[in-house]
Amino acid sequence: MLGKTAGGLFWMFRFLERSENIARLVDAGFRIALTRSAAAEAEWASVVRTAGVQGPFLERYDTYTASNVVDFLLRDRSNPSSVMSAIDSARSNARLVRTALTREVWEATNECWMSMKDVLKRPVSESGLPDVLATIRRQNALVRGALTGTMLRNDIYNFAHLGTFVERADNTARILDVKYYVLLPSVSFVGSSLDNVQWETILRSVSAQRAYRWLSDGDANPKQIANLIILDQRMPRSLAFCVAQIREHLGYLADGYGERLDCHDLAQAQGRRLADHSIESIFETGLHQFLADFIVRNNALGLQIERDYRFYG
Amino acid sequence: MNNPSEFFDELSGFGETPRAPYADYCGWFDRQNEAQLRKKAKEAEVFFRRTGITFNVYGQQEATERLIPFDVVPRIISGREWSRLTKGIEQRVRAINAFLHDIYHRQEIVRAGRVPVELIAQNEAFLPQMIGVSPPGGIYTHIVGTDIVRTGEDEFYVLEDNARTPSGVSYMLENRETMLQMFPELFSRVPVREVSDYPKMLRRSLSACAPEACEGKPVVAVLTPGIHNSAYFEHSFLADQMGVELVEGHDLRLVDGRIAMRTTQGYTPIDVLYRRIDDDYLDPLNFNPTSMLGVPGIMDAYRAGKITIANAPGTGIADDKAIYSYMPEIVEFYTGEKAILKNVPTWRCSEPDALAYVLEHLPELVVKEVHGSGGYGMLVGPAANKREIAAFADKLRSKPSNYIAQPTLSLSTVPVMTKAGLAPRHVDLRPFVLVSPNKIEITPGGLTRVAMKAGSLVVNSSQGGGTKDTWVLDE
Repeated sequence: MLGKTAGGLFWMFRFLERSENIARLVDAGFRIALTRSAAAEAEWASVVRTAGVQGPFLERYDTYTASNVVDFLLRDRSNPSSVMSAIDSARSNARLVRTALTREVWEATNECWMSMKDVLKRPVSESGLPDVLATIRRQNALVRGALTGTMLRNDIYNFAHLGTFVERADNTARILDVKYYVLLPSVSFVGSSLDNVQWETILRSVSAQRAYRWLSDGDANPKQIANLIILDQRMPRSLAFCVAQIREHLGYLADGYGERLDCHDLAQAQGRRLADHSIESIFETGLHQFLADFIVRNNALGLQIERDYRFYG
Repeated sequence: MNNPSEFFDELSGFGETPRAPYADYCGWFDRQNEAQLRKKAKEAEVFFRRTGITFNVYGQQEATERLIPFDVVPRIISGREWSRLTKGIEQRVRAINAFLHDIYHRQEIVRAGRVPVELIAQNEAFLPQMIGVSPPGGIYTHIVGTDIVRTGEDEFYVLEDNARTPSGVSYMLENRETMLQMFPELFSRVPVREVSDYPKMLRRSLSACAPEACEGKPVVAVLTPGIHNSAYFEHSFLADQMGVELVEGHDLRLVDGRIAMRTTQGYTPIDVLYRRIDDDYLDPLNFNPTSMLGVPGIMDAYRAGKITIANAPGTGIADDKAIYSYMPEIVEFYTGEKAILKNVPTWRCSEPDALAYVLEHLPELVVKEVHGSGGYGMLVGPAANKREIAAFADKLRSKPSNYIAQPTLSLSTVPVMTKAGLAPRHVDLRPFVLVSPNKIEITPGGLTRVAMKAGSLVVNSSQGGGTKDTWVLDE
């Protein structure tokens, strides 16, 4: 496979994943803003911070109002991480690697782009927002379904998945990092309504409310929440799950190509760090410290994959 | 379904009843409901959009991806018409290859005085770097798209030879795919010859031209300028259908004297490169030094016989519009036969007498740039106003050798589906020809381009033209 093609697949799926994550963040922010209007502005600010676009946002706007944030995160083309920009980039990459995709995957991606262009043509009203967010999630699911349903399980598939999980790991870590303080035992008053809402937001941002209810005894508890999102391998957006997926797909590449590279060592080290920690020890070292470190390493892993597989020459 | 007219209509000739090739189709059509057909046509558009069968239009900021309008009424060619056409095309393609070999070697045709030496030596499309070079398998034009127009029952003219990088073959294939989906019942009723083998034939044909350096199964790749090129869809489509890599210049590099592509596991040599970029951009070391699209050193590898480039560099001279006017001589010189297909009479504006005639008759002529393509920079006299004609006359006087002129042909028409029912529109035809050392293959069908505006003679997609599925009957 061409190095460029591997890179195109990787980034196509990173951008698709990003668009869905941004939609989920907006959804969580919207929910909290509706239920607790006093905290709305702070909540929108943390959404923007989590999306990693605080700088560009403040260049454009002075206040974190719902309409500013929603427009910036969903539609603004000057924001490279807005849903529209991300879908645009995903489709450009898909065109670049068109020969590596089945017709179904390409068409699902193209339709995703067409429907996004349509629903994001005009500013999204408050009443229209739930529909728009649902469309983003649904269109992403269609691409994912076409991918799993029609693609050969070869290196093409591996690079697509690497993109998805490198992006998702970064996203989950950043959601937690922006909100880590609400999970700290020192400042949380278990059972207070503020914490319940904040915890609910974290779970909602990673689509884990349902999972949490199933797995916990119903009591909201910051340690259990952190454990689910960081260490629980059953949760498809947890750091442990993402790292396991990255290692699995890098493993297939190593087998297929008969070659172990630096990125394999980095991925293994990431896996070991998670395995070596319990949620207690993470809280002891400092949750923020742990997450910031994870983000840096995850980023380095992504860059190493690009180098090892010659994405750019 | 009838429209007697001054133009030859492929469906009804000059009369009112369907011609034989359309009899079966008309039998079916007469039982269709027009509203239903229009609905199908709408569906086709959705299908094209979803599949991403779009082309980019240069110089337009917004909506850079456009659909080429597709019309649901097929263009039908009888088996007899087709066999005559293919004989003529084959003869012409064979002559073009011989001509290219000759002008880059001994130039017998110049010595014999059949074409003037300036026409070759001073032609921008003549590549001195190709002098004395023999391409692998002796083939210059691996892929040709001969543009043909029709003016009467037995009147076929070659309009252009398109020997560089003819495009449109993906539309031939997708148009058929669309028709099969929309009207499956039609294909069990009318015996239409298959076109879907084209990608397989193309790969086989390219592989047959592999250089001697190739060991084992030839590695073929398609070279594209990138996703912003107007024909990118076609480039990726062909690579996909052939099962070969689609590469850009920055994926390639000279490794141990061969051209190799950067893969996830290192560099892999390429044997045959089907390039969809112009000669000028092919190699910044040998041609345009500012080109970012090509591969530095590829011409050196080519001259050393390490890679096949399809079509060969320097073939552009064969579809040059000034050379075109000599095609009857060229065919006769190399094949010893009279040309089967006619040439459109052509005035070479470089000749003073011709220029004087052309300037006097601009309102009735079509004037084209010698090196132009895509319908850009041409004048269609009958459709132009006085001001446009005057402006064009100035351009013509300032650089006459840049232009040729031809009479406005009465292009045949085929009905298209409009809001008001069927209406005739002018068409041309581009069959696709594959040339390899052992044979010349012509896919039974081709691209029918249709001017969507009533009366218009410009069929180019960049100028709003559309396409039709093209049927060759199996008989």
